[in-house]
Amino acid sequence: MGSLKIENVKKAFGPVEVLKGIDLQVNDGEFVVFVGPSGCGKSTLLRVIAGLEDSTSGRVLIDGADVSVTPPAKRGIAMVFQTYALYPHLTVKNNMALGLKQAGTPAAEIERRIKIASAMLSLEPYLERRPAELSGGQRQRVAIGRAVVREPKLFLFDEPLSNLDAALRVNTRLEIAQLHRRLKATMIYVTHDQVEAMTLADKIVVLNAGRIEQIGSPMELYNAPANEFVAGFIGSPKMNFIDGARLGETAKTIGVRPEHLTVDANSGAWKGTVVHAEHLGADTNLYLDCEKAGLITVRIFGVYNAEPGATLYATPDAAKTYRFGADGKVLR
Amino acid sequence: MSTATRSLPRTIGAHAILITYTVIALFPVILVVMNSFKSRAGIFGAPLTPPTPKTFDLIGYATVFGQGDFFHYFQNSLVVTVASLFFVLLFGAMAAFALSEYRFRGNTLMGLYLALGIMIPIRLGTVAILQLMVASGLVNTLTALILVYTAQGLPLAIFILSEFMKQVSNDLKNAGRIDGLSEYTIFFRLVLPLVRPAMATVAVFTMIPIWNDLWFPLILAPSEETKTVTLGAQLFLGQFVTNWNAILAALSLAILPVLILYVIFSRQLIRGITSGAVK
Ligand SMILES: Nc1ncnc2c1ncn2[C@@H]1O[C@H](COP(=O)(O)OP(=O)(O)OP(=O)(O)O)[C@@H](O)[C@H]1O
Ligand SMILES: [Mg+2]
Repeated sequence: MGSLKIENVKKAFGPVEVLKGIDLQVNDGEFVVFVGPSGCGKSTLLRVIAGLEDSTSGRVLIDGADVSVTPPAKRGIAMVFQTYALYPHLTVKNNMALGLKQAGTPAAEIERRIKIASAMLSLEPYLERRPAELSGGQRQRVAIGRAVVREPKLFLFDEPLSNLDAALRVNTRLEIAQLHRRLKATMIYVTHDQVEAMTLADKIVVLNAGRIEQIGSPMELYNAPANEFVAGFIGSPKMNFIDGARLGETAKTIGVRPEHLTVDANSGAWKGTVVHAEHLGADTNLYLDCEKAGLITVRIFGVYNAEPGATLYATPDAAKTYRFGADGKVLR
Repeated sequence: MSTATRSLPRTIGAHAILITYTVIALFPVILVVMNSFKSRAGIFGAPLTPPTPKTFDLIGYATVFGQGDFFHYFQNSLVVTVASLFFVLLFGAMAAFALSEYRFRGNTLMGLYLALGIMIPIRLGTVAILQLMVASGLVNTLTALILVYTAQGLPLAIFILSEFMKQVSNDLKNAGRIDGLSEYTIFFRLVLPLVRPAMATVAVFTMIPIWNDLWFPLILAPSEETKTVTLGAQLFLGQFVTNWNAILAALSLAILPVLILYVIFSRQLIRGITSGAVK
């Protein structure tokens, strides 16, 4: 219960094509994360799945049934929005109950589900409050609770954490991960936060300009990016891209992640000057201006003392260097 | 207020300007109310002084209540104003919601067409309106007035409300859709409460011209049965003698209902501004 299939979905707003043919299979119980730069169509795709937006062409199947003409409320989905979107005039309890009441669920059953959901999300003390009387984190938990009580086949999250502060974001991320484990429900989650994508996902879908660039588990995307875009998008700090010609390589571009470079004060492949050093405690990011490779980032685990202006040699790990062709695709 | 924006000369300057404006705006109103409590001699002898025991006289009010069916006129005015207001707000809000929420062919054109009414005075169409009302047998009915005023108020209402409706969170409406609310419920229960301040503004702007209008009642509904207050007050405006006491008393009384409506709406305005919004 809760698989999703998207077949060649296209969406255009007037002359602007926002989704250019999306094919995707989400299995029951999977946690799928959509990532991509701002404006690439993540929210639009999510809204098409929810039925809030009609696709221009293509099909959406939930549990094998074509839902293209089914209204959102009948699709067996629940959605959590970035802006929480709680009903301002209703109490927390009624916010959660509204959808069920609309669907004609018996009162006792509504009561039971709210009880379970509010216990799960520690919302019991706030059930009689209105959204205006809650903090941001509490509001987002109510929004999640409102989704949980519907017991949907499919949870849709549209950047649910981006309005929360950093500490709260970590907590709520954990709660969502636990929720997924407990409910074993299928979840689709939109974010442009790397860490959220890597930590939550069973499967990441990287979108760019209305197309899917790659689908895979977090580690697949990290270890075997299909192209330059995915390689640059997954991983932080970003992968270094070096013009192949400068290094005397046949590939158009050479990519190496900052953590796959080692530095040495005396010898190495690329000689460079330290431009800037970021000391984060657990690791250190060095920005080196290399004669051969240009400006690159090096990530060193632990503390490393380097002053701007110092000369260092960087050496890439040959086994973890990526080669990209002129079309951006990885060369094997 | 931060201290940076609060300097004494500026405060005094701002208050002086505001007080001057208030005095100018209120002067005619106060003059009318004051003189309505005076005898005829008092009005003409010293129009600017408040009623003294010598000049105090309720003759104006006595005439108003004695002559003509003033209570009835009041009722007519109130019915026309409230009904028109209701329809302007209802249809205006609905049209504004449709224009701002749904993408359909001719959306922009329709919006422009509906806004055009702001620039073209409805009185230009008086003759046609009169013919229409005669043809449909609505002359000398309050319905005629309500229809005309609804048409008159709609353009501005749609224009203002659609701007505000565009700002209502899309996520909120979508959350309602996912919870299975109908478009009507979304409109009445989610969107309308959030644009209440704008509704109150529109209500005030729509109400005053309707209450004060003399033109359409005179042309479309001048019968004794359907007279409004403004028209009724003309009773005392003779060709040779004008009963100033009665006119001033009638006008003073006519201020009351609008004042009450205004207080109601302005409270909504303030409550709307201070209530917690979506986020
Ligand atoms: N109602 C609309 N009318 C016209 N264009 C739209 C509409 N909604 C979205 N778009 C366009 O579609 C594109 C994708 O929008 P979408 O909201 O899906 O982006 P996103 O990937 O969610 O970005 P973000 O990460 O910033 O939320 C954008 O270029 C946007 O301008
Ligand atoms: Mg988005």
